[in-house]
Amino acid sequence: MSHLLRDRRAAFCVGVMAVMVLLATAAPLVSTGAPTAQRDVAATRFLPPLATDQHRVLHPLGTDRFGRDVWTRLVYGARISLSVSALAVLLSVVLGVAVGAAAGYAAGGLGAVLLGVTDFALALPRVVLLLLLASLWQPSTTLVILVLGLTGWMTVARLVYGEVRALAVRPFVEGAIALGARRARVLWRHILPNAMTPVIVAAALGVGNAILLEAGLSFLGLGVQPPAASWGNMIASGRDTLVNAPWIATAPGVALVLVVVACTLLGDALRDQIAAEGGGRR
Amino acid sequence: MLAALGRRAIAGLAVVGGVVTLTFVLLLLAPGDPAERLLGPAATPVQLAAQRHALGLDRPLSTQFATWVARAARGDWGTSIATGRPVRALLGEAWPATVSLVGLSLLLSYVLGLAVGAVQAAGTGSRLDTALSVASVTLFAVPGYWLGLMLVMVFTYWARVLPAFGAAGLDADLLTGWARVADQLRHLALPLATLTLVGVGGSARFVRGAMLDVGTQGFITTARAKGVSPARVMLHHVLRNALVPMLVLLGLSLPALFSGAVFVEAVFAWPGVGRVLVDAVHARDYPVVLAATTVSAVLVVVGNLLADALAAWVDPRVRSRERAS
Repeated sequence: MSHLLRDRRAAFCVGVMAVMVLLATAAPLVSTGAPTAQRDVAATRFLPPLATDQHRVLHPLGTDRFGRDVWTRLVYGARISLSVSALAVLLSVVLGVAVGAAAGYAAGGLGAVLLGVTDFALALPRVVLLLLLASLWQPSTTLVILVLGLTGWMTVARLVYGEVRALAVRPFVEGAIALGARRARVLWRHILPNAMTPVIVAAALGVGNAILLEAGLSFLGLGVQPPAASWGNMIASGRDTLVNAPWIATAPGVALVLVVVACTLLGDALRDQIAAEGGGRR
Repeated sequence: MLAALGRRAIAGLAVVGGVVTLTFVLLLLAPGDPAERLLGPAATPVQLAAQRHALGLDRPLSTQFATWVARAARGDWGTSIATGRPVRALLGEAWPATVSLVGLSLLLSYVLGLAVGAVQAAGTGSRLDTALSVASVTLFAVPGYWLGLMLVMVFTYWARVLPAFGAAGLDADLLTGWARVADQLRHLALPLATLTLVGVGGSARFVRGAMLDVGTQGFITTARAKGVSPARVMLHHVLRNALVPMLVLLGLSLPALFSGAVFVEAVFAWPGVGRVLVDAVHARDYPVVLAATTVSAVLVVVGNLLADALAAWVDPRVRSRERAS
């Protein structure tokens, strides 16, 4: 970890993520009232950034068309965007590890079938699948998590499959088998812990991707539903007022880009680190 | 090589078949009754039953599926519930718009990405390299629909130079010759720029990595030791060998690119498959959803095949490996 922080990229990412998570957690403390709070709509709507309304409340990022504070919605939106994508990635990692490990460790038919299913799912455009799934049931936050999780496990499965196949023939695994360990135990205690490193990289990249896709679905009106704030539906709500109130769509977009850049660079830094440490392994 | 491509084509067909089956099953699992949607809440049970019978929804699932596949194979993809138009006509108008947008942006983002990545790889660690790295990772992270909105804000609302919606102006039918081409290009500019900028981020990052990987190999050291000029080493030895992973990436990134196009089409009201799909999803227009999903799967599979063929054409090693197998 200390090695990792010496990498400037990684330090930047950990910083950005820490600030975002902190803001999201402490949302009630760092903002002015509830994210859906409206006062006098006619008097408080479309206030520009840094404006103060007639109640002497400062709006650091301005207000939207209902007079709701954009900064407040941004930090509450961070709660939803970050937790939705973290849960979705968790789901896809669990699924991916299960499928990948089973495919890599099961002999014969089952492995081939699982691998076939994985490759099939990889060949589909993810957004088409997302739209399809999101269109079939009522849009909700739970549905977004499920849909993102169910369409994101394939890369992890592929990585775990490769690792498990490579690890299964290594001497320490053969040693464990020779000592009489059961197959399930060999997989769980000896192979999987060693197969996790690329999964961590994929998970870091996956969180960034999931945030983008969650925002995309919410932007199209198929994700998190208003009046709850998510970065995606905030961008969508600012879309019609780009001319007179550009800050409404700009602020959540900038937050989104920052977080996704952080996740991508974190993935890069982790990968470089693993390559440097594990250089002699392969 | 042809045999190998043939095998891939069969695998691609299997993917398309899988997509159709999956979509069909999912549509059946979905709550909501298409007949009810079609007739509205005031329909009587008798009318609903009649409509269900007319749509074939009262028959066994296997029959419904077989009927749909057989009709689709004959070119009859049913009628859109929301618009009442034949699905085939809807998608027939839509797919060229998507292919031209995605194809052009793919070409542009690869050419630009190759140039940027090559410049970076030639001067690794320099200030320019760092600046371009920051730029490419940022572009890689920008959501296409948001970048699109920002470009609309700047070029349409502030500068008032480019149109933001559709593929042609209202007066397009009255224009002739160059004026018409110019009108189309002006409408293409913003969606194309959005999709290309997002794509350049990814491809530049990849090219830089691939070229640095190639740069550490023995034959590059040999070429340098022979006294080959640095520019020639870069162009003839490094770049050529970095092209192969690029083409593999091209195939793999097609689904993602297509996904990006869905959002960009939605923002710019670009009349492509993505917009048809989004509209159909909102209207729960199941025949259109089914067909649009199939068409996008076909486009991705065909694109993958093209990328495979290109990779084999560029790299003699791939060709000989496939001949051997």
